[in-house]
Amino acid sequence: MLDLGIDVLFKGTNFLRLLGGLWVAMRISLISIALSIPLGLLTGVLMTSKSKIIRFIFRVYLEMIRIMPQLVLLFLVYFGTTRALGWNLSGEMASIIVFVLWGTAEMGDLVRGSLISVPKHQYESSEALGMTKGQTYLYIILPQTVRRLLPLSINLITRMIKTTSLVLMIGVVEMLKVAQQIIEANRMTSQNAAFGVFLVVFILYFLVCWPFSRLAGFLEKKWQG
Amino acid sequence: MAEKLLRIENLIKSYDNLTVLNGINLEVNQGEVVVLVGPSGCGKSTLLRCINGLEPIQNGAVRLEDEVIQHGSKNLPDLRQKIGMVFQSYELFPHLTVLENLMIAPSKVQKRKKEEIKREALELLTRVGLADKANQYPRQLSGGQKQRVAIVRALCMHPEILLFDEVTAALDPEMVREVLDVMLELAKQGRTMVIVTHEMQFARAVADRVIFLDGGKIVEEASPDEFFDAPKTERAKKFLNVFSFERVENK
Repeated sequence: MLDLGIDVLFKGTNFLRLLGGLWVAMRISLISIALSIPLGLLTGVLMTSKSKIIRFIFRVYLEMIRIMPQLVLLFLVYFGTTRALGWNLSGEMASIIVFVLWGTAEMGDLVRGSLISVPKHQYESSEALGMTKGQTYLYIILPQTVRRLLPLSINLITRMIKTTSLVLMIGVVEMLKVAQQIIEANRMTSQNAAFGVFLVVFILYFLVCWPFSRLAGFLEKKWQG
Repeated sequence: MAEKLLRIENLIKSYDNLTVLNGINLEVNQGEVVVLVGPSGCGKSTLLRCINGLEPIQNGAVRLEDEVIQHGSKNLPDLRQKIGMVFQSYELFPHLTVLENLMIAPSKVQKRKKEEIKREALELLTRVGLADKANQYPRQLSGGQKQRVAIVRALCMHPEILLFDEVTAALDPEMVREVLDVMLELAKQGRTMVIVTHEMQFARAVADRVIFLDGGKIVEEASPDEFFDAPKTERAKKFLNVFSFERVENK
């Protein structure tokens, strides 16, 4: 039978360590998501602001974050700012900062898109029924915005979870890094371990992201206008 | 003399340098059906939007029972409860069922009892032949059905005047009739209505008074028979000729 070297995961606490790595990845992404969502809502509303200056500032912010690869941002914050500003930053903290910056920008853009996708006439017909601006937002505009937004933001969550695989580059020991360590440590005894261990890593990422992805698909179908 | 419900005095509306409405004076009596006709771009839809305070105006005043309707004013939401408006593109709320569409404004704005609104909404739906659609979503309805729901939605607020902005313009021909029938029925009930339409035969059937607008001004004002049989102005004649030519062509 083909030797995938999965057996190395059953040596010692290897599998638990791998799960520990997954937990680190989840911690970074979940904290970042929890912060990005409210900040992104605010950013999105500001992106539809009437002021050209505010719109321009947020446009620049969004484009800069988008153009720069996440890895460069990680390096910039972890290696760059710690030197330049002379502060101490753990790898995990730097990761969260970068993910919040990125998540807020992307989330903001999704919110902006959802807000402007509600036609002007919806505001008018609501106001023509005697609703105030506040009631119009609360009962008519926001429910429609949320329905458009939720599937998209769930997809953003899975993207953020997957992107945590980059933070090993600034020394954070998350799942992928643990996998590498396990493979390295067993290089002599189990030469095929790379395949088996990365396969398990793949399955674990899949198990975490798949429910989110299904949820997004379900909501999209349920609310499709 | 019937009671004046709506009074428009010397209304001027312009976008930047373009004057869309130039000194409109119009009074609508209680129970009267006024139909606005005119070539596209003549300002009839804009006039309707001004009556509902959807557009800021540059001069003049719109009054509903002596209360001034002004874009952006504090009491506008209160006044708008008395003005029902139906749009060309229906504008039902897509995230709500038909019944919820009908109930949301009466319950949230007028704070009326849910059971009472529901009973009334279902009764009105039955009258326009849509009782079985109460729990469906707008996307499941045809254009004509959506528009009838939109009319019922306006009626549920117990408005004193109804504004119709080209409500059949986006509909397939076979659905136009079902919507117009609802409006004819409302006219029979003695509702006060201001209607913008391109359906000339309907205009003739429903109107107490026809207003012909062109270039932002009221060019002619007459009873429907007078207007359609013997228009006084050249411009009205020209406008009606264009229309009858199209009608012959379609036969």
